[in-house]
Order: sequence, then C-alpha cells, then structure tokens
Amino acid sequence: MFAYILRRLAVAIPTLLLLIIFSFILMHLAPGGPFSQERALPPQVLANLNAKYGLDEPLWRQIWNYVYGIVVHFDFGPSFVYPDRTVNDLIASGFPVTLTYGTLAFVAAIMVGVSLGVVAAIWHNTWLDYLAVGISIGAQVLPNFVMAPILVLIFTLWYRMLPGGGWSFNDPSFWVMPIIALATSYMASIARITRSSMLEVLGSNHIRTARAKGIPEHRVILRHALKPAMLPVISYLGPVFVSMITGSVVIDMYFSTGGIGKAFVDSALNRDYAVMMGITILVGTLTILFNLVVDILYAWIDPKIRY
Amino acid sequence: MQSLASTMVEHEVKGRSPWADARKRFVRNKAAMFGLCILIFVVLFAIFGNWIAVWSNEELDFNVMGQVATMGQPSIENGHYFGTDDLGRDLFSRTVQGTQISLMVGVVGAAIAVIAGTLYGATAGYIGGRTDQLMMRAVDILMSIPYMFVLILLLVMFGRSIAMLFLGIGLISWLDMSRIVRGQTLSLKNREFIEAARATGVSTWKIIIRHIVPNLLGVVAVYATLLVPLMILTESFISFLGLGVQEPLTSWGALISEGSKTMAYGTLWQLAFPLFFFVITLFGFFFVGDGLRDALDPKER
Repeated sequence: MFAYILRRLAVAIPTLLLLIIFSFILMHLAPGGPFSQERALPPQVLANLNAKYGLDEPLWRQIWNYVYGIVVHFDFGPSFVYPDRTVNDLIASGFPVTLTYGTLAFVAAIMVGVSLGVVAAIWHNTWLDYLAVGISIGAQVLPNFVMAPILVLIFTLWYRMLPGGGWSFNDPSFWVMPIIALATSYMASIARITRSSMLEVLGSNHIRTARAKGIPEHRVILRHALKPAMLPVISYLGPVFVSMITGSVVIDMYFSTGGIGKAFVDSALNRDYAVMMGITILVGTLTILFNLVVDILYAWIDPKIRY
Repeated sequence: MQSLASTMVEHEVKGRSPWADARKRFVRNKAAMFGLCILIFVVLFAIFGNWIAVWSNEELDFNVMGQVATMGQPSIENGHYFGTDDLGRDLFSRTVQGTQISLMVGVVGAAIAVIAGTLYGATAGYIGGRTDQLMMRAVDILMSIPYMFVLILLLVMFGRSIAMLFLGIGLISWLDMSRIVRGQTLSLKNREFIEAARATGVSTWKIIIRHIVPNLLGVVAVYATLLVPLMILTESFISFLGLGVQEPLTSWGALISEGSKTMAYGTLWQLAFPLFFFVITLFGFFFVGDGLRDALDPKER
C-alpha cells in the first residue's frame, strides 16, 4: 500500500511539472505580452517592465524561476495587471470562500445522490424508484449555470427568501443557492450510478446468502450491500471534484461570492496571465491530490484490489 | 395477438442481422423515440427557423428599444414570437442562431473526439505493450488536468474565435473516447478474424482501419451521442462566462447568460426560451444515447 502511494506520487509530481511548463510555454507563445496595451508603451519603459518581471531572461531560466518560486516559497509571483497585488493575495482572499461552498456542495451531492440511488434500488420498480429516477433525469439537464438563474428567479425575485448574491461566512443564507446550484447535476449522476450498482449488488450471491442466513434486511443493505455498491461511486468522485471546481467559476461570477473563480475570469478578461496560471496550477494540484486520495480510498474499500 | 402475428411473419421472412435487431430494440424504446422526436424538432427549428422569423437576428426594433420590459414581450402581432432582447433584437431569430451554433459546436466537437479518440485508442490497444502503456499514460496525465481552466487559458491567449473554441473543445474531448475504444480493442484483437488477417500478412494499419474500427462502431455511436450534449454543455458554460462565442454571434450559453442578467427587470422570456431549447436538447440526446446503448449492447443494462 505504502509503495503504491509512493508510486502514485512519483507520477503526480511530473504531471504537475508538465502542467506548469505547458502553461508557461503557452503564455510565452501567446500573441501580445502582458504589457501590450492599445497605446504602445515607449520601448524603454517596456524593457524596464520586462526586466522587473524577469521576462527578458531566456525561457528555460524563467520557467526555472517560476517553478522554484512555487515549490520552495509557494510563491506564484506578482499579478501583471495590478502591480500592488500578488497572485498569492488573490488566491488567499478567494480560496476560503470557494472551499467552503465547494466542500458543502460536494458533501450534499454525495449524501443526496447516494440516498436517492439506494432508495430507488431497494424499492425497485415502485413509485419511489420512478420518483427518484425522474428527479435524477430532470436534474441531469440542469447544470450550475442553468440552476443559478432559476434559483435566483424563484428564491430571490419571486419569494424574496434568500439574498441573490454576495457572501458572508457568518450567514448561511448566502450559502444555500451556491450549494444547490453547484450540487444538482452531480447529485443526479451520483444517484444514477448508485442505483444501477446497488441493483447489481442486490442481485448478487453474497446478498442472497446473507438473506438466507436470516440477517435483518436493513443490516443486509447497510453492512453487505452498501460497501461494494459504493465502488463505482467512489471512482466517479474524481471527475465530480474537477467539475465542482470548474463550476465554482460560474458560481463566483453569478452569485458574486468572491471565490477564486471570479479572480480567474477577471484575469482572463484582463489577460492577466500570471493569475490565470497560478489558479490553473493550484486547481491542477488539488485535482491530482484528490485523485490520489480517491484511489487510496478505493483500494482500501475494495479487498479484491492488491497493489 | 398482433405481436405474435408479427413475430411469426418475421420468422418466415429471414434471419435478422445484429443491426436490424438493435434497430428494433431502439424503435421499441419509448424514451429513446421521444428523444429522437425532440432532436428532430430542434434540428428543424435550427434549419428552417429563419424562414418563419419576421425579423433578422441583427435588426433592431426601434419601437421596442428602451421599453423592452413592457413592449418587448412575445407576441404574434409584431412578429417577435419569442419577444426581444434588451437591445430590441428579435429573440426568435437570435434563438435560431444560437441553436445553430450550439448544435454545430456539439456535433463538430463530438466528431473530432470520435475520429481522434477512435484512432488513438485503437492504435494503443492493438499495438499493445510499451507503446500502449506510454500512450495511455499520456491520456491519464491529460485527464488529470482541469481542462476547463486550460481551455479558457487557450481561448484568452489565442483569441476568442469559434475556430479556437472548436479546437480547444476537440483537444480535450477525445480522452474518454480513446479509453473506451482501447478497452474494446483489447477484447477484439485476439479474435479469430483478426488472427486470420494477421496470418495472411495484412499490415497493422490496415487491420486497425479495416477490421478493428468497423467493429467498434456500436460503442463509438453510443458514446458519440452522449458526447454531443457534453460538448454543448462545455460550450454553453464558456459562453455563459462571456469567454466563448462573441457578439454578433450567439449560442445557448450566451443567450441564457443574457437572459439571466436581465430577468430582474421582468423580461423573463429572454431566459425562458433559450433555456427551454437547451434543456430539451440535452434531454433528447441523453434519451437517445441511453436508448442506443440499450439497443446495441443489451447485456450492459
């Protein structure tokens, strides 16, 4: 197991380096530097700016400095557009917000999705099943950018129950809509996956044996069926995590929650490459780490897997 | 009674090919047929919508401009079937245009994925060994990258054009496809007919193109239908953020974004109509995709 984790890390680190180098080269290839404006700067000023940000050095040297700064000092460098702010400042101000509603949405999607799926599987072909399947089919076509305006329309404009945007760590009423908007479509997918895998497990031999032994039904489901049925769900958690982070961009834009998604889109519109790269690398790191955790969890739950 | 009669007739006529079998299963699937009807409706709307439209998508209606909330609602009389947007442009023809672009992005993105993913996956799976490991490891690495961020990075750096959007979406969409195709190829490559081809000296490329790929079509068709809505979702996501399709062009994502920004002024139709087409199209594709999977791969249920 330990060797497996080490081996996985040995792949993860080069992947990250590749991501950094790739985005750095992309930035270098892009037409128009960070300081090209509608009115051209005098060449002397431009040269000074390039020197200040180290852009006059050879490419390999720039990459080295950038990687070194990230790895050793966890420093993503300065923003190219707002000279008084560093990329770290922007990330530090937005990340706690994204993390809060992202985690909650993630947990909500899993809890609701798994419950729906299990209920549908246990009462297969009853109205409960049809209801759960109906909900999950309906929710599947409601991605975050569709849910967000619908929620605002209903809860802010019509019923005036929830604030239509903004963020406060102390007032959960600001959290409700971002979480629902983010979670809905993944909740649906998780419900579908849970249902079909639970149906398969419930039809398998070890469940029949457990029932034949006279184990009460709730114990059969909780102790014997749920664990193997969760395996496909767990392997789906990696993609869900990525999509949630991606979805946070829409949430931050639409609800003005002020997370890193907002910083990302702003920097995209401003061509602030340094911020974009910093956020991309941060998100990439999180993704890779999360996938690692998911794989370990999978190996831990599934006794058939040996490493 | 009728079903008995029809089965008896069929027995008399001839044996059924697997494709005919699949078609029958598909036609019997109500959800899939319903989805197909929806898709046909949306496609007809995209193709012939402009014939019905009274206004073009660029014309400004000066009677409405400035008082969209009161004058711009959907009405048959002034020709704005879906109302107008807040500039006074006809939302019906804007929706037609958005539908065309969104469908196009979805289909082209899926087509790139199908071609690139099938060839890549089939090659990796058929050649096997170290080549396979290397190729699939590359896919693993690419998949662990948060592609939406990279896609936006690409769009910002190289200009927000439709061509770039196609390229960007195509670049990331083939990864899943290549994995699925590789898995299928692995199970195909030791079959007798492949062995026979190899024994008679057919070259590797020819075996892949002539013998492996045609046998993958079922899986590829299923996955491609499920891929189109994902591509539409991706494009709409980016356009919703204002980073995708740019004015005067539009797409569902851009229209939904516009509608969601103006709904506070009471112009709900600006959100409702694009949203309606977006949602029913996704429904249609998901139903048809599920139906195809059940039809082509009955044991997978």
